[in-house]
Amino acid sequence: MNETKAKAPKKGLGARILGLSDSNMLLLITIVVFVLMYIFAMTVLGKGFLTGQGFLNILNNNAYLIILACGLSIVMITGGIDISVGGVTGLITMCCAVWLDKRGGSLMGSMLLAVAIGLMFGIVQGYLVAYLDIQPFIVTLAGMFFARGLTTIINTDPFNVTQKDFVALKDTAIVIPGLGSLNRRGVYVDATIEVGVIVAIVVVILLFFLLKFTKLGRAFYAVGGNRQSALMLGINVKRTRFYAQVLCGLLAGIGGYVYFTHVGSGSVLNASGAEMNAIASSIIGGTMLTGGVGNIIGTFFGVISLGTIKDIVTSAGFEQSWWTGITVAAMLCFFIVIQSVIIKVKTRNKKK
Amino acid sequence: MEKVLEMKGICKSFPGVKALSDVNFSLNPGEIHALMGENGAGKSTLIKVLTGVYSKDEGEIILDGKAVSIGSPQDAQNKGISTVYQEITLCPNLTVAENMYIGRDKKVIQNWKKMNEGANWMLKNLDIPATATQQLGDCSLAVQQMVAIARAVDMDCKVLILDEPTSSLDEQEVEKLFKLMRDLKAKGVGIIFVTHFLEQVYEVCDKITVLRDGKFVGEYTVAECPRVQLVSKMLGKEFDDLAEIKENKVEEDVDIDAYVFEAEGLTSDQGIAPFDFTISKGEVNGFTGLLGSGRSECVRAIFGADRVTGGTVKVNGKTVKINKPIDAMRNGIAYLPEDRKGDGIVGELSVRENIILALQVMKGFFKPFSKAEANKFADEYIKLLGIKTASADTPIKSLSGGNQQKCIVARWLLTHPQYLILDEPTRGIDVGTKVDIQKLVLKLASEGVAVTFISSETDEMLRTCSRLVVMRDRKVVGELKGADLNQNKIMSTIAGGDEGGEN
Repeated sequence: MNETKAKAPKKGLGARILGLSDSNMLLLITIVVFVLMYIFAMTVLGKGFLTGQGFLNILNNNAYLIILACGLSIVMITGGIDISVGGVTGLITMCCAVWLDKRGGSLMGSMLLAVAIGLMFGIVQGYLVAYLDIQPFIVTLAGMFFARGLTTIINTDPFNVTQKDFVALKDTAIVIPGLGSLNRRGVYVDATIEVGVIVAIVVVILLFFLLKFTKLGRAFYAVGGNRQSALMLGINVKRTRFYAQVLCGLLAGIGGYVYFTHVGSGSVLNASGAEMNAIASSIIGGTMLTGGVGNIIGTFFGVISLGTIKDIVTSAGFEQSWWTGITVAAMLCFFIVIQSVIIKVKTRNKKK
Repeated sequence: MEKVLEMKGICKSFPGVKALSDVNFSLNPGEIHALMGENGAGKSTLIKVLTGVYSKDEGEIILDGKAVSIGSPQDAQNKGISTVYQEITLCPNLTVAENMYIGRDKKVIQNWKKMNEGANWMLKNLDIPATATQQLGDCSLAVQQMVAIARAVDMDCKVLILDEPTSSLDEQEVEKLFKLMRDLKAKGVGIIFVTHFLEQVYEVCDKITVLRDGKFVGEYTVAECPRVQLVSKMLGKEFDDLAEIKENKVEEDVDIDAYVFEAEGLTSDQGIAPFDFTISKGEVNGFTGLLGSGRSECVRAIFGADRVTGGTVKVNGKTVKINKPIDAMRNGIAYLPEDRKGDGIVGELSVRENIILALQVMKGFFKPFSKAEANKFADEYIKLLGIKTASADTPIKSLSGGNQQKCIVARWLLTHPQYLILDEPTRGIDVGTKVDIQKLVLKLASEGVAVTFISSETDEMLRTCSRLVVMRDRKVVGELKGADLNQNKIMSTIAGGDEGGEN
């Protein structure tokens, strides 16, 4: 609908929307689509979508994905990719589980361990990508295999963590006042979120400021927009790409730990396919694989859109996992087509 | 006067090529200094050495009396050398203001308000029709170029390099730019101006340094170097030493009815002025002019390789539509492109596959030639043109440049064109092959094929062509034939202007 309005004389709403930067326009679309989708779910499906907890559960289940997707958005904005984050998450769950239950390590130690693993992957991959100029896809593909392999070496069998402090952290529920609802027996139940959601929101806010208001954040965009130009504009391109990859690794560490507190177990199957979900969310959130365009707020909405659509499909009675797969595929296609249409329209408008 | 910049004995080699050898350049404050030279003369390399994109092999750069080494574009910026490149080197996904300020200071936090205010003030000052918060990619190319200039100007530079900044600007914008350049000059900034447009050099510049084949030719003041001399220095031909070229051309009677190809008001999206053009059966003509004068763009328009935006064309007297190369091919037009590596050969494919490619395209991809047919074609032309290759199965990229070029010629001859366009067929190939190709052109013409032959080497064109279309600044400025076909006349026509005629 935006396109038709664009043809009207300037100053209309359409022209104003077209005047937005690519990043902001895609963000707007993501938010609009999410809101429409959620309203649709509330009116047609009702059930869990009408309660506050229903919405908060989407956050609870996807907090780790928000963090992983933020990391991916950053590398994708610089024109790179990182497909190791799922593998790293799996590795972190296993390492932390072993550390807590079999080594008797402390809770704080497990957190540091998670962050250290993530950072290490980020630094090594970042070095290979930025300074040795190897394709990020290949580097992180290797990283993914390595992480998955290492997970199995550390411990083959999946097990639940029983360490006291950890279980306490895992079961911590933060009450959000005013969003509670009556359950089937008519008893008022508080709406709660997990600790991970707080972490995710803090990450989103921090990264939003990083990308918008720091020189490094702007350099990410510049490098993704045109690497050669960025170099000519006096940006240290190698270092910028390195930081992006390191940041993504660090976020994989944090996200991995949040995942760990959510599932509470170590397993080689943990977070399988998480990297693809993170990429999909990031794209739905308006990040372009070609680099230079993207927004952390959009990524946040991308993740919860993805979570919502999965919930919608399951609530509608299509329990089988392939239905979710197909809907997610359709949604991805929709967003990619929208993106390319917008870019086309804008280019045509410019040329007049 | 203290020189702001001096480059002494600069040498730079790339694998297999000596791009710069012993080049000197000096710049005074408050001077606009033109850097001139044909394609491959080393202008861009020199600029890139100065801006730290390439590291020099030898020589020294003296900035404000101190020898400096410049390691990166950022380094150059910090030392007061700002550059505006020919292709726009800005980030289209950022805002106008960001493009003006990014990468310039070490502060961690981006102050948007201050940046936008600064940018808007600058844009208003320079009369650039853009706002600070606009995304750069949404601006026209000319505005983007102006933003790049605004950025460079705003950096309080001592040396400003403008590497062909005017190629995407229209006349008014060029005027604006010149005014800006004069203002900066008055403030004592030294400006290095690289351009192909001779008019512009004489309009704003004080001095001219000419490079040719990576060597320093000389430094002149504008007053002591009239156009014709400048052109002859760039081309490396003394103005008068070529008078002895033999007039051995046989004047053929051109049969007016036998026009193979006619164009009227033809123009393309590459910014060439509409031109008329005809060629008849068995004629060899040429397009000449300095690099960037539009000679390649003209033939690309004829072949439909660029988007044609106006004009009518007739083949054998019948009006036809040529929108894309395949249309031209179906009308018997063949085009050997200027950029052999990029547009000509398909490096990974064999000699045979490269030769039959055009014919195969015309026949349709779903009707492949049999192996025997393909071999027959390939062998025939390998023999005919004397292509030196181990076998028809050899990948074409392992052949020498000259033999690669012959394969591409073979590709087009195989389509039996009635009109063959050769754009720089002899560039970068050995002398023997050059002569072979020239002979071939004359032979084809005697068989009735119309040929357009473009070359940077004027001798070659004189030897083969019976008519020359001369271009300057993307316009056809003259047509020479018969007695006018000599080096002097060509040069003076290329140079144009008042000083051009006599001398």
